[in-house]
Amino acid sequence: MVRFVLGRILQAVPVLLIVVSITFILVHSAPGGPFSADKAVPAEVLEALEAQYNLDQPLWQQYLSYLGDVLRGDLGPSFKYPGRSVNELIASGLPTTAELGFYAMLVAVVIGVIAGVIASMRPNTLQDYVPMSVAMIGICMPSFLLGPLLVLIFGIHLEWLPVSGWNQIPGDKILPAITLGTGYAAYIARLSRGGMLEVLSQDYIRTARAKGLSEFIIIGKHALRGGLIPVVAFLGPAFAGLLGGSFVVETIFQIPGLGRFYVQAAFNRDYTMILGTTVFFAALIIFFNLLSDILAIWLNPKLRQQVRGDAE
Amino acid sequence: MKQQSPLSNQPLRSVVALVLLSACLLTACGESENNVQSGNRTGTLHWGNGTEPQSIDPHIATGVPEHHIIGALMEGLVLKDRDTLEAIPGIAETWHISDDARIYTFNLRSDARWSNGDVLNAHDFVWSWWRALQPRLGNSYAYMYFPIANAKDYYRGEIEKFSEVGVKALDDLTLEITLENPTPYFLQLLDHYSMFPVHQPTIEKFGDADERGTRWTYAGNLVSNGPFKLAEWEINRSVVVEKNSFYYASEKVKLNRVIFYPTENQTTEERMFRAGQLHYTNDVPIDKIETYRAAEDSALKITPYLGTYFYRINVSVPHLQDRQVRRALAMTIDRALITDKVLKAGQIPAYAMTPPNTLGYYPPATLSFDPAAARQLLADAGYPNGEGFPVTEILYNTNEAHRKVAVAIQQMWRKHLNIEVKLLNQEWKVYLDSESNGDYEISRAGWIGDYVDPNNFLDLFLCDSGNNRTGWCNREYDQLVLQQAPRAATHAERLAIFARAETILLDELPVLPIYTYTTKHLVKPSVKNLGSNILDQNYFRDIYLQQADN
Repeated sequence: MVRFVLGRILQAVPVLLIVVSITFILVHSAPGGPFSADKAVPAEVLEALEAQYNLDQPLWQQYLSYLGDVLRGDLGPSFKYPGRSVNELIASGLPTTAELGFYAMLVAVVIGVIAGVIASMRPNTLQDYVPMSVAMIGICMPSFLLGPLLVLIFGIHLEWLPVSGWNQIPGDKILPAITLGTGYAAYIARLSRGGMLEVLSQDYIRTARAKGLSEFIIIGKHALRGGLIPVVAFLGPAFAGLLGGSFVVETIFQIPGLGRFYVQAAFNRDYTMILGTTVFFAALIIFFNLLSDILAIWLNPKLRQQVRGDAE
Repeated sequence: MKQQSPLSNQPLRSVVALVLLSACLLTACGESENNVQSGNRTGTLHWGNGTEPQSIDPHIATGVPEHHIIGALMEGLVLKDRDTLEAIPGIAETWHISDDARIYTFNLRSDARWSNGDVLNAHDFVWSWWRALQPRLGNSYAYMYFPIANAKDYYRGEIEKFSEVGVKALDDLTLEITLENPTPYFLQLLDHYSMFPVHQPTIEKFGDADERGTRWTYAGNLVSNGPFKLAEWEINRSVVVEKNSFYYASEKVKLNRVIFYPTENQTTEERMFRAGQLHYTNDVPIDKIETYRAAEDSALKITPYLGTYFYRINVSVPHLQDRQVRRALAMTIDRALITDKVLKAGQIPAYAMTPPNTLGYYPPATLSFDPAAARQLLADAGYPNGEGFPVTEILYNTNEAHRKVAVAIQQMWRKHLNIEVKLLNQEWKVYLDSESNGDYEISRAGWIGDYVDPNNFLDLFLCDSGNNRTGWCNREYDQLVLQQAPRAATHAERLAIFARAETILLDELPVLPIYTYTTKHLVKPSVKNLGSNILDQNYFRDIYLQQADN
């Protein structure tokens, strides 16, 4: 197992290097620079700025010095926010995005698993069709539509919940978490339905029924554990996806998270910030994929044997 | 085999209970005070501020959101009357202007203090202005200092000693400024944040004086001299300023706090306003204007703005080199139709670059909407009834309002001149790149004045101005704006010279003026003493909140 994990970490190094290189080339070849503005920047000012951020050096030299900095864990200074480093900005946005991701995941798992289980109990009946149709709508509905819709209903019309912010007004976390979580809830509903259907047809469930156990015990104690394996495998990459894909929700609700930095950085041509956040998200996705692989191996004896066999 | 569903109703019941509980909790939330109500009670103004500020160092910052925050934190020698924009005393209590209008002597108030209690004196201004002119600092507004004798030469390194620049502290409370030429708008410049004083010990504590982006502007570090001091700055969340008890007029400042929210998404900002989270919005979405306008006691506040929306013409494009063609294009834009039917926010049709009544200046009225004459001009240029006129492209940065204006103009030119126009939208930075590289035919543009003077609009089109970007160059025009206007003996003579320059510009038309901007805000009725001026300038020290309403 240790060898498996080490192997995966080693594989991550070239992946990250490729991510850095491609992103570096792409941001530097995009038209428009970090300091171009509507009001022309005087030549003296531009010169001073380019010197300060090493943009006056040849590109290959900038690339090498950036790689050196990244290896030391320094993602450089932000071009847009003078005086703030990319590390500092990521550190300031990450807790908010992680918290948003966590609540969204909670919404997704609770709603998704309940809907999936209810649907799987009576396949191909109304009890199956209704939650699955709702799930399909959830998958199809983009967050930039769902978010404003929820805001209009619960924020403006009913005046129950704040329409924006994060940790500023009581209840301001509810709508963003639901908006971000709904799409994933829908996926989880379909996955848990599939998983449960497979498990419910197994012999040991039939045995449990024959013993006269209540359906609640059968589902809750015996079926769920096996039925949710596909969901667990999905959670790791989904959480990384939630963190990386939260920018739409962060923009709709004015949440000071990492996703908003990412998008703003691209618009501002804040080179170091684009590179920094891309590398960070890439590392995060690799980490969560690894985590979900480890979980899957731990939950699935067949895979565990396979890993052991490979090691030998 | 179909199974019965003996699922005990227990989980179902739990779910129902949970939903009911959440509903109760949510309803309880609805009954609590919103920001506006609590703000009115506690003297906290919730201000929608557009984008996240990049820097609040007055010698580095550029942009309107930064301007609002710096204006709350710092103060220059003078302030402006919030309605008339006349200079009124700020840190300088009185001033004297010499007969030749070149020497300004400012008497600073003796009770001016920094937010840490230090005394603020004339030497602070001399040091601050020295700092603002250090090229390494990268101050985009260094040119604001150029009316001061030798400031430009010092900035360009042609003079080494700052003592040769026309800024001197005669004593602790007297500051003498010598100008290169009489500059009627000079007092106005002193209220621009680029000329505000900064606290030397704080800046030197966090780095070199000319070092860009040190931590001196962080909350907890920043020492300022305005009515408010910086309490918190959380990026992308809010900037909070609190009343500064060391401010010389602090007993007159009624607000206790101002919270600036980054609100780059106009739709969200408008929703925040409706939900009582903001007292004031930075802007109003174009599709909401009519609804607000129709409402009784409308929260919508529209004011003319010192800015012109125009199209640049790339005069190096062969078929746009002919002055008659450019004139024909200019004369077939129905500006009133655009402002009344497309934009609907009170914009004023513009037939010149400089907005009317800019420091008493009225631009020459040489341009009008006249399709018949335009057709004749196009025919004279070799394109009778538009025949043979190449397909021309309008470039604009991606934005719904710009698109609507471009579509309207495309239709007008097709209808009146029978010419084909293509529209091309580009992302902001790509568009800037295309425009500054001359990679366009006709391009949307806008210019907002930094100070109220025709010079601020007319110097855009000097031959070597970085903001020209049209390829147009006229030596006579340059001579008038650069040489003659600064040396004019009287204000009236100076305005007459500007009028001659603008006549040349409107005759040659490297630009097509379209409309004069307006500013649009949503304001809660409890907010009092907001400014109403063409610079959209507000003084937070004057604003107060009335508790009775929300």
